[in-house]
Amino acid sequence: MHAAPAGESSGARPRSPAPARSGTQSDRRTERVLGALAAGVLGLIALMTITVFAKAWPSFSHNGLTGWFQSGGDVDQQLREMLTSGTQGGHPTYHLRAWPLLWGTILTTGLAVLIGIVFSTFAAIFIVEFAPAPVRRVIEPIVRLLGGVPSVVYGLIGILAIAPWVNHHLLSESRKSSVEYLVQLAGSNLSTATLILTVMITPIMVAIVSSSLAAVPGPWTEGSAALGVNRWRTIWRISLRTARPAIIAAAVLATARALGEAIMLSMVSGGRGFAANPIDGITFLFEPVRPLAATIVQNSEALSAPSLGRTLYAMAAVLMVSAALLSLAGWAAKQPLKRYGIRA
Amino acid sequence: MATRATPLTAPGGAPLAGRPRDSIAAWPLADRLGYLTCWAAGIALCLVTAAIVLFMLVKGISYLRPSLLVQSPQGSLDQSKAGGFLDPIVGTLLLTALGTALAAPVGVALAAWLSEYARPAWLARTVESGVEMIAGVPSVVLAIFGLLVFSQGFLSFLSQTSAGGSVFGKSFFAAGGMMSLLALPLIVSSTREALAQIPAHVREASYALGKTRATTIWRVLLPSVRPNIASGVTLGMGRIIGDTAIVVVLLGATLQTEGAGGAPLLSTLRGTGSTLTSYVYTNSPTGEGNAPQKAYAAAFVLLMLVVGLNAIVTRLSNGPRATNAERSPLRRGLRAVRTPWTR
Repeated sequence: MHAAPAGESSGARPRSPAPARSGTQSDRRTERVLGALAAGVLGLIALMTITVFAKAWPSFSHNGLTGWFQSGGDVDQQLREMLTSGTQGGHPTYHLRAWPLLWGTILTTGLAVLIGIVFSTFAAIFIVEFAPAPVRRVIEPIVRLLGGVPSVVYGLIGILAIAPWVNHHLLSESRKSSVEYLVQLAGSNLSTATLILTVMITPIMVAIVSSSLAAVPGPWTEGSAALGVNRWRTIWRISLRTARPAIIAAAVLATARALGEAIMLSMVSGGRGFAANPIDGITFLFEPVRPLAATIVQNSEALSAPSLGRTLYAMAAVLMVSAALLSLAGWAAKQPLKRYGIRA
Repeated sequence: MATRATPLTAPGGAPLAGRPRDSIAAWPLADRLGYLTCWAAGIALCLVTAAIVLFMLVKGISYLRPSLLVQSPQGSLDQSKAGGFLDPIVGTLLLTALGTALAAPVGVALAAWLSEYARPAWLARTVESGVEMIAGVPSVVLAIFGLLVFSQGFLSFLSQTSAGGSVFGKSFFAAGGMMSLLALPLIVSSTREALAQIPAHVREASYALGKTRATTIWRVLLPSVRPNIASGVTLGMGRIIGDTAIVVVLLGATLQTEGAGGAPLLSTLRGTGSTLTSYVYTNSPTGEGNAPQKAYAAAFVLLMLVVGLNAIVTRLSNGPRATNAERSPLRRGLRAVRTPWTR
């Protein structure tokens, strides 16, 4: 997107000498007010983390940390039992084995990011190195637009156009009957969800990878070309290798986005807490799943129910921790780029 | 995407690709395959976008009626009597205005503090990573956190209280408050990047005239990054308009805007409602409404809003604004906006 000059954020930038009258009353007051505001925002984040975890605690403590993440039984059945438990004065049940939901999250996110990163890298090389200038001028706003389309629109297209098509053309009757005793196959399934999720996260990755490819120092590629290396190999061996941290950062940020995608996935992922099984071969791709975030949205009416509500907060806590770890990883992955003055 | 115009050029300026020794036909097969894959990926990207836009355009034009825009939705099984989506449109505008009004001042202030004061250093670093973290937290998590906060008793004046005394926690105020968190990181990062690009001599000139730091920020620095603030705010608006999870959880996603009683505007803001996104969601086969045609029409309106905002951002971030020759070097420096849609 840009090749910013090397000067990094405030901390590294050589600060101008403080103004002569920096000690005036109003100036100090401004600093304090702004600082307090910053601390307030920080406090809000801390409050969020603490309250979500406090609310989620019973769910974790009843199942044990290992139990919560294990598989066992029908997770949808467990959630249904929670919905009614505790309302008639009885002891609330928290029994949950959330593995199918986690597995759904891992599958959709992982597959989408894997496909997306390969596709985005090639698309970014195309944009930076091969696209003729007029094409490039068109493709940049296109990527931006693709990144801005609301997820509910993707979900709508998925459930009204793609899912019926998948159901009619890709799902044979024999395939449906082969796993009939386990699960109903329909157009909304793992592959549909992954496909749309890939389209949703591609713009983020294309943007980051192409901006870092464009910022590869010219002399490096020129040196390679001067040694008689052809253009493709120069791109492959020099530019792409330089941009490798950006590719990792792009994958990490896209993972964070895919992890939190709730609305689209609740529309097209099949909406059933089923652990799709890779042993089923091709059928595996057409089995329904339901990731964590989608589970929260679909049960949002029940957030005030005593035990189901707490369980949903536990899912949110898991998502929050993963998102925080990912943004940490993304930050770490971007560090080597700073050496070249690339900010992605 | 500041791309190099001619990727590999000899010192004389002649493109190397034009020389016979580096014609694509002479490349090894693997290299040629890679080259073709790149073209395929680029074309696929364009085709997917074109397919989405055209599909929505066709569906939108075939189902959108002017009457839909001015009628309130009605609860009816008969789709011809179910009304339009006036309330969701108003809800979208109201929620976006509320969220932006909260996020813009806080975001700009945070960016100014991070860029100009940032003392003590540990606090600045923590705030920085905190803002990064908000950007990464899924909106559905923000939404259910908001529900927890706004159903506390002492915040009951922001939403409605049921007969039993429990606070509802769902209102425009609640949704707007959480939406502002969604827009905040975008505003902070675009303002901050721009402030960091302002050359030090601009600040020094102001200090030399005896201005305090606060005055310098307010009178010199912020006015010169106005386009960047505007583009950050516009991107934030895009995020707010496009979000569904917060609306479903915190605005109630009711059919019509339902006031809480009392003064007209305040009643609406304390009441529940819906936006275009939640309207699309409830009218899709997933939701209760299940009226695909209306969902398409509403999604089309939504997409047009997003396209419009996108055009504004593009105009703001690389529009030809260097009319004043004296200001152009600064402007040129500022144009290198971080593309905030990468978050």
